Amino acid sequence: MASPAIHLQEVTRRFGAITAVDKLSLTVEAGEVFGFLGHNGAGKTTTIRLLNGVLAADSGVIRVLGLDPGAQGPQVRARSGVLTETPSLDERLTAIDNLIYYADLYGVPPGQVGQRTAAVLERFELADRAGEKVGGYSKGMKQRLALARAFLHEPEILFLDEPTAGLDPVAAQEVGRMIRHLSRDEGRTVFLCTHNLVEAQRLCDRVAVMEHGRLAAVGTPRALAREIGAEMRYTLEVAADQREAARHEIALLPAVKHVETADADLTLTLSDREAAPEVLARLLAANLRVYALTPHETSLEDIYMALHRQGQEREQMP
Amino acid sequence: MNWRAMRTIIRKDLKVVRQTRAVLIPLIIVPVLILVLMPGIGGALLATADPDSEVIRDFRRESAAFFDHLPAPISERLAQYDDEVQRITYILFNLFFPPMVLLLPTMVANVIAADSFAGEKERKTLEALLYAPTTDRELYLAKLIGPWLAGVAVGWLGYLAFAIVVTLTTLSFMGSVFVLDATWLLLIFWVVPAASGLGLGAMVLVSSRVNTFQEAYQLGGMIVLPILLLLFGQLGGVVYFSPLLALAVGAVLWALALGLVVYGARSFRRGALIARL
Repeated sequence: MASPAIHLQEVTRRFGAITAVDKLSLTVEAGEVFGFLGHNGAGKTTTIRLLNGVLAADSGVIRVLGLDPGAQGPQVRARSGVLTETPSLDERLTAIDNLIYYADLYGVPPGQVGQRTAAVLERFELADRAGEKVGGYSKGMKQRLALARAFLHEPEILFLDEPTAGLDPVAAQEVGRMIRHLSRDEGRTVFLCTHNLVEAQRLCDRVAVMEHGRLAAVGTPRALAREIGAEMRYTLEVAADQREAARHEIALLPAVKHVETADADLTLTLSDREAAPEVLARLLAANLRVYALTPHETSLEDIYMALHRQGQEREQMP
Repeated sequence: MNWRAMRTIIRKDLKVVRQTRAVLIPLIIVPVLILVLMPGIGGALLATADPDSEVIRDFRRESAAFFDHLPAPISERLAQYDDEVQRITYILFNLFFPPMVLLLPTMVANVIAADSFAGEKERKTLEALLYAPTTDRELYLAKLIGPWLAGVAVGWLGYLAFAIVVTLTTLSFMGSVFVLDATWLLLIFWVVPAASGLGLGAMVLVSSRVNTFQEAYQLGGMIVLPILLLLFGQLGGVVYFSPLLALAVGAVLWALALGLVVYGARSFRRGALIARL
């Protein structure tokens, strides 16, 4: 079995009294698109720095591509590409000079520098303005150039911190398409930090949610929904003249947390999946004509918010 | 050592200096002013001066204490000249300008090195650089070498321009090239690289610990003080550059510069730098 692309075990990093990353343990498989979610200050950027050996961990074990970033930082960084939160480009240089600089820094073979820079400029639709100083670029263009830089040396693993921030919808979709291509067609691992939950749900095989430096949950969005017991929402379709009766019947069930009328249907919020047969049984026992009881897909946003609420509740506990 | 990455960082730092007018213009104007215009005007004025004029006689009389207490080798050299203009010319260019030649590489290395980490931080380009596949030591040394080369180049080219200008303006009455001897050679090839090293050794250390170019320049700029002391020492007749003194000054500057570089390289941690971003 292939070794994981990333493995963290009980990793802790403090800055004075603040624990930025607290006993973090997780594994990311090679070729996976892994979403790393959390609000500002949750420890996402610190984790990327630890994984690249730019920061040293206070304790715990880190392995990236089988290497220890603490002792083999340059080797890890040579095989990884990082898109930092700010584009971190030299605005006094042209786009092409910025890319050539990083191609040389990352050890792209000298004979391939020209071809690689031209290819990424083309890929990110910057070729026609490659000779201009980056200071004159729009925010979206700078973000595209920073992405081009991260792809330049064809890394095995990509750390992307908010890759679509500042991009227009078309460019954001193109980046999403590229991330999927890199993972599914080229087998590269993508570690994606994002606030964009729709993007994470669309792109990521698995996600981890960080809360105050701690791992709140990890898994596929579906598994997470089950694991955290996120509330389940259903649409109930009954005969139009029986809608109020149905509402009355199911409102009495303890597993039904909320009922509301939406268009011609009822929308139910149940405590868990097991409540659905109970609802159906009750309606049928009351001789009501049920046409459909359809579950809503739990969104990553629902999961994220549920985890956030759980975290807040834990903090408020004495 | 990842020499290619180091060369890349050095080349880029020097390229940015060449492309940044705010840095480049002072780096050209100051050396031109001190090592071309000032000696050129001085040489031209002395070339037209009458050794028997009132001005020259007054100057010589007022500077009697200075001339009377010169070290023996300089006095012997001055005795070979026929008139006071030649002696004043020799003193002017051999005693007052050497500290200037030392000041420039220190200043140049200082200005460029101030931009090294603090400038990258200010321009928000540092984070991507810290993710480069170099060790901490390679990154630190690469940031040192560019400013050092620039400082040495300015020192050497500045001296070359100075020697040409002085020779062209004074050859008619001095009869020979008098700003090229063992002391000058030691200053240029031994002391100038050391002075440049001292300037940047201090500055890169400071630059990695502060947030802006200005902060770095204000703190690290203090390293030119020993050079200024030498200048005032020469002006006041307390210190005179001789081959022995040039050797000693070079040795002290090299020791200080290497000490700062070694300390800086050992204490430099990219993690400490990135944690402050």
